[in-house]
Amino acid sequence: MTRPAFVFPVLVTLILVSLVTGVASLGEDGWWLVFVSRLPRTLAALLAGAGLAVAGVIMQMLARNPFVEPATAGTGQAAGLGLVAVTLLAPGAAIWLKMSAATTAALIGTAGFVALVRRLPTGDPLLVPLTGIVYGGILGAATTFLAYERDLLQYIDIWMSGEFSGVMLGRYEILWIGGALTVLAYLYADRFTIAGFGEETTRSLGLGYGQVVALGLVIVSVITAVTVVTVGMIPFVGLVVPNLVARMRGENLRETLPYVAVSGGVLVLACDIIGRVIRYPFEVPVGTVLGVLGAALFLWILHRGPRRG
Amino acid sequence: MDRLFSTLSVLFITVIVGYLTIDAKGHWDFVLAFRGAKLSALLTIAVAVAVSTVVFQTITANRILTPSIMGFDALYLFLQTALVFFLGGFGFASLNPFAKFGVETALMLVAALALFGVVLRNAKDLARMVLTGLILGVLLRSLTSLLNRMIDPNEFSVVQQASFARFSAIEAELTWISAAIVVACFLWLMARHRMLDVMALGRDTALSLGVSQDREVRRLLVVVALLVSVSTALVGPVIFFGLLVSALTYRIAGTWRHGVLLPVSALVSAITLVGAQTLFERVLGLQTSVSVVIEALGGVVFLILILRRRAR
Repeated sequence: MTRPAFVFPVLVTLILVSLVTGVASLGEDGWWLVFVSRLPRTLAALLAGAGLAVAGVIMQMLARNPFVEPATAGTGQAAGLGLVAVTLLAPGAAIWLKMSAATTAALIGTAGFVALVRRLPTGDPLLVPLTGIVYGGILGAATTFLAYERDLLQYIDIWMSGEFSGVMLGRYEILWIGGALTVLAYLYADRFTIAGFGEETTRSLGLGYGQVVALGLVIVSVITAVTVVTVGMIPFVGLVVPNLVARMRGENLRETLPYVAVSGGVLVLACDIIGRVIRYPFEVPVGTVLGVLGAALFLWILHRGPRRG
Repeated sequence: MDRLFSTLSVLFITVIVGYLTIDAKGHWDFVLAFRGAKLSALLTIAVAVAVSTVVFQTITANRILTPSIMGFDALYLFLQTALVFFLGGFGFASLNPFAKFGVETALMLVAALALFGVVLRNAKDLARMVLTGLILGVLLRSLTSLLNRMIDPNEFSVVQQASFARFSAIEAELTWISAAIVVACFLWLMARHRMLDVMALGRDTALSLGVSQDREVRRLLVVVALLVSVSTALVGPVIFFGLLVSALTYRIAGTWRHGVLLPVSALVSAITLVGAQTLFERVLGLQTSVSVVIEALGGVVFLILILRRRAR
C-alpha cells in the first residue's frame, strides 16, 4: 500500500464492472443502454468523487485543518438552502439559475464558516470540524424549516441524499464543470500548498493570500453546488480521501492532487456499485453507503491521530 | 430560591393553560381530552430530555456533552430497526408493546454501557470525544437507513411507523407507560441528589469522599439510557434540545445543587417545549415541526458555548 499507483488498475476494473452492473441485461440494445445510462452514470460517479475529494483537500489547506470538507463545513447545506430558496421564489427556474443560486449560497456559507473558524483559537484543531458540523446543522435546520412550511420536504430529501440512479445522458453534464475546476485546481496546486502554511508565510513568499483563498473558496463552492444540484450530497469523500492519500504521499498538492482526484472517483464509484448490488434488484443510494463506510473510516482516522507523511 | 420556583411555576401554568385553550373550537370536553393526551406526551419528553442531560453532564463533568450529541438517540433507532430486520415485520408487530419496549430498552442499556463506557473512559480530550459522538451518530443513522433499504419494502411501513412520530403526532398508548417510567426515574434521581452533588465535584474528590464512583456512574448511565429510550420512542431523535435546556437551567438556577437543578431543568424544559409548540402551532399558524426550530436554537447555543469556552 506504500505506492498508491495501484488505484489506476482498480479504476479501470471498476469502470468495467460499473458498465455491466444493473437491472437491465446487456442484450441486443446493449450498446444503446451503455451509452445512454451506464456510461453517464459511471462518469457522473467519477466526476463527483474526484471533484469532492479535490474540494476537500483545498478546504483543508485553507482552513489549515485536516478534518474539514464541504459537507462538514456548511458548504453543502448552504447550497441546499440556496436551492430551496430559488425553488420557493421561482418554482420553474431553469437549471442554470438554480445552479447559480446554489453556488452563490455555497460561497456565502463557506465564507461564513471561514470567518467563524478565524474566531476559534488555534489550540485545539478538532474544534474546527465540530463547529463546522453544528454550523451545517443550523443551515440544514433552516432548509428543513422552509421546506416543511411549503411542503417541499420530500423534494429536498431526494435532493440532499446523494444518488446516481437518476443519472442519464443529458442529466449529468453540468458535472463536467466540476471536472474542469479540478484541472484548474491542479494548475494552482502550488499556491494552495503554500497557502496551507498560513497567511504570513504566503505573504512573505510574495503571494496574495486573499486571492488564493478567494480562488479556493470559489472552486470549493462551485464543485459542491454542481454536485448537490445534479446528484445530491455525498458525505465524507472530501474528508477521508485526502487524509488517506496524505498518509501515503505527504501534502505536496502538485504531486498528490491526481491521486486525490482518482481515489475520490474510485471511492464513489465503488460505493455506487456496492449500492447497486447489495439489495439487488433494488438500489441503495450512494450517500447511505458512504455514510456508513465514510463515517467508519473517519472514526478510524480520528483515533489514529493525524500522522502524516 | 422560592422566588425562582414560583416564577417558573407561574410561567409553567400559563404555558399549559395557553396550550390547552388558545384557538380551541368545539366542545371543551373533547378538546381538553385530545389536547390533554398530547400535552402529557410533551411533558414526558421534556422531563426525560432535561433530566437525562443534566445527569449526563454531571457524570461526564462537562456542560457541552449531552446523551444525544454522543449518539444515544441514533443508537436507539438503530436497535429498533435492527429488531425489525432480524425479527421480520410480522414478528416485530406481533410483539406485545410492553415486551417490545422492554427488549429495546434492555438492548439499549447493554449497547450504551458497552459503547459509551469505552468512549467516556477517554474523557480527557473533549473535542475528540464530542466529534466521535457526532460521527458515531452519523454512522448509526446511516446504518439505520441502510437497514431500512434492505428490509422488504412491504415491511418497511412497520419500521416507519415504529421509528418515529413528531412532537405533534404521538402515540397515546406509549405515552402512559413512558410517563410512568419518567416519573419513577425522576423520583429516583431526586432521592440521590446529594450523591449527584458529590459526584459533580469530580472523580477524585468523590472517591475520597467515599463514593464508589464507577458503580454509581454505571447505575446513572442506566437511568440516562432509559430516559433517552423513552423520549426517542416518543418523538424520535433530537440533538441539541437537551443542550439548550441545560444551558438555560445552569444560568437560571445559579447553583450546583441537584436538588434544585433537576426540578428547575424539568420546568424550564417543559416551558420551552410546550411554549414553542403553542407559539408555532396556535399563534403563528406554522406547521413546522417544533423540533426543527428548537434544534437550530440549540445549535446556536452550542456554538456560543464553544466560542465562549475558548475565550476564557
